[in-house]
Amino acid sequence: MSHQQDITRLLQGRSFIELSARERAHSLLDAGSGRELAGPFERLYSPWLSAQGIVAQADDGVVICKGLLDGQPAVIAAIEGGFQGGSLGEVGGAKLASALELAAADNRQGIPTRAVILFETGGVRLQEANLGLAAIAEIHAAIVDLARYQPVIGIIAGTVGCFGGMSIAAGLCSYLIVTREARLGLNGPQVIEQEAGVAEYDSRNRPFIWSLTGGEQRQACGLADALLDDDSVLIRQQLLDFIARGLPEQPRHRRSQHMLQRLLAMDSTSQADAASARQLFQSGAKL
Amino acid sequence: MEKLHLDYPAGAPAAQAVLVGVVASGDLEVLIAPAAAGSCHIVIHSAADGSAARWRAQLDRLFGDGQAAAMQMEINDFGATPGVVSLRLAQALEELSA
Repeated sequence: MSHQQDITRLLQGRSFIELSARERAHSLLDAGSGRELAGPFERLYSPWLSAQGIVAQADDGVVICKGLLDGQPAVIAAIEGGFQGGSLGEVGGAKLASALELAAADNRQGIPTRAVILFETGGVRLQEANLGLAAIAEIHAAIVDLARYQPVIGIIAGTVGCFGGMSIAAGLCSYLIVTREARLGLNGPQVIEQEAGVAEYDSRNRPFIWSLTGGEQRQACGLADALLDDDSVLIRQQLLDFIARGLPEQPRHRRSQHMLQRLLAMDSTSQADAASARQLFQSGAKL
Repeated sequence: MEKLHLDYPAGAPAAQAVLVGVVASGDLEVLIAPAAAGSCHIVIHSAADGSAARWRAQLDRLFGDGQAAAMQMEINDFGATPGVVSLRLAQALEELSA
């Protein structure tokens, strides 16, 4: 690609990753339909961070927007990865769980509200300990409840990725959209390196990390449903397509037998790499 | 962490509420809400200790002449450099007058 083409591509880019959480939410909703709930001017600061000498953010890093998707009622919960690594504490966690619970309540009253979660998170906010963990458990329960009525769609765009308890939330979604820049894993690379040793898992080896936990690999292994370029328009189109498709026949968390069988069949005497992991998950009968 | 309060004279109330930025590493968040005519009150939460003189100098330059709109401004700073601070403040004031 020539220098000129590079510049043109940059200027005409419709990057999703470069958007803030708030911009991402509004870019997905039908134009002009979005309104924020429990927004920054309500000043719902985390009550725990400043006591620990950490500057808090007015929306606690979670943006909740009600609006329309293809003319139908929807709620988008977007996590801001820049603030405290997108970690979920008491306030942000409660905002996200409540948004999902209210969407399920809407459905029980005949309003077909669907939900989209934009994951950009390291998981629980360690400074808020059990309150964050409790909130994530509530988020899990709320996704499972809501996904009985309407598809709950998760998007991991990057570059933070989705880890910890929130990776389980991503696994509970009806459909999961990723980009190449996304990562999905229960433990983050530094945690694995600390536990397994640098010889086994070098968290600073970025090609290695992305080859195992990156969006492309996760989609190839069946842990995500769509792999897209970093493009706001493409991501919105895929989101609308999944909504139009309706509920999956069996949600992913009810299709775990295949994954468990593959893990039991894995030969752990040799070091797993990207190719062997892909081969493992793609083999065998899909149960 | 440091908390600072600064007060300046000001003009007519700000026309709208504005939010720019994010409390990310090396960045800051600026919230502007309209206030009663004549007063501009600024609260700063800064991750950097000992930065009071720098904040005062930077904000005196912007608001010292009393010409700004009357507002309640809140700044949540996560170690932004003075350059980033002035860009974010310029962005916030530009969106306020947009």
